[in-house]
Amino acid sequence: MTAPPRTAPPTLSSTARAADVRAGRILARGGRWILLLVLASTFLMPLLWMVATSLKSENDIAAHTLSLVPEDVRWSNYAEAFDAIRPFMWNSVQLALVNVVGVLVVASLAGYGFARFRFPGRNIAFFLVLATAIVPNIVLLLPQYIMFQRIGWIDTQLPLWVPRVMTPVFATFLLRQAFMGVPRELEEAAEVDGLGAFGIYWRIMLPQVKPALAAAGVFTFIESWNDLFGPLVFITSNNLQTLPMALAQFSGEYFSTTSLLMAASAMTIIPVIVVYLLAQRYFVQGIAATGLK
Amino acid sequence: MSISVTPGEKSKPDDPAAAPVVRSRPSRAKRRQALKGWLFVGPLVLGIIAFQLVPLGISVVASLTTWDGVTTPRFVGFDNYVHLFRSDPQFWITLRNTAVFTVCVIPLTVVSALLLAVLCNGKGRFSNAFFRTAFFTPYVTSIVAIGLIWNQFFTPSGVLNKALDTVGVSGPSWLTDVDWALPAVILVSAWHAIGYPMVILIAGLQAIPESLYEAARIDGAGPARRFLRITIPLLTPQLFYVLITQIIASFQVFALIFVMTKGGPGTATSVYIYYLYQKAFTFGELGSASAMAWILFALIGLVTFAQMRLQKRWVFYND
Repeated sequence: MTAPPRTAPPTLSSTARAADVRAGRILARGGRWILLLVLASTFLMPLLWMVATSLKSENDIAAHTLSLVPEDVRWSNYAEAFDAIRPFMWNSVQLALVNVVGVLVVASLAGYGFARFRFPGRNIAFFLVLATAIVPNIVLLLPQYIMFQRIGWIDTQLPLWVPRVMTPVFATFLLRQAFMGVPRELEEAAEVDGLGAFGIYWRIMLPQVKPALAAAGVFTFIESWNDLFGPLVFITSNNLQTLPMALAQFSGEYFSTTSLLMAASAMTIIPVIVVYLLAQRYFVQGIAATGLK
Repeated sequence: MSISVTPGEKSKPDDPAAAPVVRSRPSRAKRRQALKGWLFVGPLVLGIIAFQLVPLGISVVASLTTWDGVTTPRFVGFDNYVHLFRSDPQFWITLRNTAVFTVCVIPLTVVSALLLAVLCNGKGRFSNAFFRTAFFTPYVTSIVAIGLIWNQFFTPSGVLNKALDTVGVSGPSWLTDVDWALPAVILVSAWHAIGYPMVILIAGLQAIPESLYEAARIDGAGPARRFLRITIPLLTPQLFYVLITQIIASFQVFALIFVMTKGGPGTATSVYIYYLYQKAFTFGELGSASAMAWILFALIGLVTFAQMRLQKRWVFYND
């Protein structure tokens, strides 16, 4: 659109060409923007529809299913849905916090150990850790079920955090890489100051790898929050169930209307999206780090 | 690598302080170093042994028995495996469904992810971040919630069919239609997964030096040519990684099926893991289910190995 007035007098052919090129670039950028905007809004339509529907009345949904604008906004849907999902939400929040803290402790200890100490068996141990990452989850799930049945862990929350906290392979890998990138001078100086190995790890090294801790933390939070197989297989009592699983199993009993169901879905999704948006930079870096091998 | 000591540092022969220290306490220092190392990695290694290695052993044993969690397991050798291949038609159906799912979902996901990665990698940092976030969002959201939303889209009088009505097409009943249920699940699965390969491909795109494109432009190569001759070859390591991880993931698709179709209608969307889950926790055949898990592991290993062998033909490592 900006192209026509920009055409320069024909005599100055070189500037004209430059102007054309510039106009072309602006057009190309605008085109890309519009294309992306159309793609993104189509792509996010299900989520937009969820939010719109969660705020509608039942009559409004029946009359205007396709509309993305509620006739009158009913926030009360959220209050009502929250009452139903509150206990499950609390279970999920607790589990996510325990998982994040536990994973960060175990993975940062191991990551530091693998990055900075030489000890017999280190390479075998590290290989073992990486090798187990290729075993599909389902292969481990059945024998874990058999094990947990024997030791009375079924229908407790233990299977939903102890195995995850004790085997943080990806987080360990991420943190090991991060620790290897910290200059050794820092530790040497701390040693001279009389700090022990654990003190160096805790006071000096951990603050140096905050981005990797953030990445590992977000990954763990999202994994724990969205886990389906664990709660499905290991939990039998309704009151111990996590939010997504409760939504999958008894949404029919609790939510008679589509708007309430969508409000509950939104409240399941929103915590994760908020965490993701806050820590997006680290999250994306973490993924990219694994992809670049 | 091991001989990286610079002359100025530790190898200085006439350093009076360094020499005796190195000679007198190497073994004790080493032992303390080893102990500390093991203390740091100990919790993880114990966890790996307790929750991965021991279960792997149990799983092998279970797959050779009639394990049902109630009666005493009986050793039956490879009967579980033989039975699955010889006389379990549902095993073959779910294997075929999984293959169809994989063959459809992989190109859909990878090609769209590549397209979006290129689009999201233009000039303008804000727009790149904005759109990347938009396309990545489904990947971090709960599959259950997503499944419930899409279920509303796919009901016979749901959003999708109402939208189709406005353009004069009467849509099928999607998730309860034998022919349309699997394609519907494939679509949702690709929609959910696309962000992950996209981010990896964007990282790959950003690692391609701009100078290559400039040189090609000077040589008169158009955008299509630059894309095919520079972008694609230099992106092959990321494409390879994406392909492997996506195939492994789609072999194990479960959650979406569980929420959207429960394997139905009939066995139309019954995928491998869904059948395995039913075997273990609905029919109580943990022995047979363990055998299925090992067959899947072998299949994944085989496909991954084949790809590793094939990668020499098409993956370009620039180092």
